[in-house]
Amino acid sequence: MGEPVKSSDAAADNQAIVSREIRDIEEGYRAALSAGQPAETQPRIDYAPYRSSILRHPTKSLHHADPETIELYSPAFGHQDVHALESNLTIQHGGEPLGERMVLRGKVLDGDGRPVAGQLVEIWQANSAGRYIHKRDQHPAPLDPNFTGVGRCITGPDGSYEFLTIKPGAYPWKNHLNAWRPAHIHFSLFGTEFTQRIVTQMYFPGDQLFPLDPIYQSIVDQDARDRLVARYNHDLTSPEWALGYEWDIVLTGPKRTWTENEAYGEQGDNE
Amino acid sequence: MSRSLIPTPGQTVGPFFGYALPFAKGGELVPPGSPNSVQLHGTVYDGNGTPIPDALIEIWQADENGNVVSETGSLVRDGYTFTGWGRIPAGNTGKYVFTTVNPGATEPGKAPFFAVAIFARGLMNRLFTRVYLPEDSEALEKDALLSSLEPARRKTLIAERLADGSLHWDIRLQGEDETVFLDFNSEA
Repeated sequence: MGEPVKSSDAAADNQAIVSREIRDIEEGYRAALSAGQPAETQPRIDYAPYRSSILRHPTKSLHHADPETIELYSPAFGHQDVHALESNLTIQHGGEPLGERMVLRGKVLDGDGRPVAGQLVEIWQANSAGRYIHKRDQHPAPLDPNFTGVGRCITGPDGSYEFLTIKPGAYPWKNHLNAWRPAHIHFSLFGTEFTQRIVTQMYFPGDQLFPLDPIYQSIVDQDARDRLVARYNHDLTSPEWALGYEWDIVLTGPKRTWTENEAYGEQGDNE
Repeated sequence: MSRSLIPTPGQTVGPFFGYALPFAKGGELVPPGSPNSVQLHGTVYDGNGTPIPDALIEIWQADENGNVVSETGSLVRDGYTFTGWGRIPAGNTGKYVFTTVNPGATEPGKAPFFAVAIFARGLMNRLFTRVYLPEDSEALEKDALLSSLEPARRKTLIAERLADGSLHWDIRLQGEDETVFLDFNSEA
């Protein structure tokens, strides 16, 4: 295996070294699968190819707990928290942002396929040049004065969300030399129970950077990785306006026994 | 009618959530200085014992009487509605501070705790944990989760009450005294 890897943003290794580590882990996983181990549906938290994870992952296994009381409920959000216009990332400044305008639509469901209604969805992303507005992002690509890259919405009674935004560009980072993140949009989601809380990233179909990216590859199972990739939908694309993408999110659980009324969600069935 | 779907995988929150997820008064579940307010504070550490400046912590708790509230308005706090939920980024020195109230026992004899979710650059998926109030030793003794842990690990989930009334609780992602993190989805 050679030298032990360092946890660092110093771009100490090159892509070939990181890619080999990625491949070795995936081969190990495939062998375990053929030996009858169950498929993994979540990222590995111990995943050395992503160097920053080395000192930041728990080394003891997660401790099983039965969720209790507060954990079986979720904080409530509503239209007091989020203005309807916050789902449009293209109107937050004086002019139109540059880049490919896109509509992104989908549903938030729980593990039983029930819509998660009236809940908060938050997104953030780089601009079309692959630059984040964050002050720590020193990537020498242009900022877009008409694009912040932050959006929020509250899901509808059917669990649906929709954003109008700009397709983000690929983004260089310092995990290793010549490291580039596939274009992605960060998502933060709540369910009906605290145990369903998740933060994740949505990707675009056919990205050539997928095999090279240790964050995407930290999900070692191909079917599981595919769940993070949006689907291009030409029926959602509007003529001379915006490309359409669709992405549904499935949360874990639920653990609580639901009543009929709760199943309708916060909005009830009157919308 | 119900079917079982495979959950979407999580991913790291990355380094650039700072302009997106934190919001004004995110850590003030009650206004600082209000009656019965307490601070819940501590530092997030990595496996070398170095504070982590780019972590995000969320708490979700019952009110003082042990009621689970379902009030909206956390993101635009009105100064008097208790929503039970807060979010705060760790600062440059890895420190976080919430101003809140002690959660009450949700059932008689239950040990009160805060539910906690932690996100960080370098952390592939969010982590869940709990932080218990230290006072009711009988309830702590009987608690199902705590009694399933060795004493050395159990103490990582119990806050320390400081002389000023605040609750001190550090989060150690790795290493000696690594905080106990929870898995709600596997079978026991």
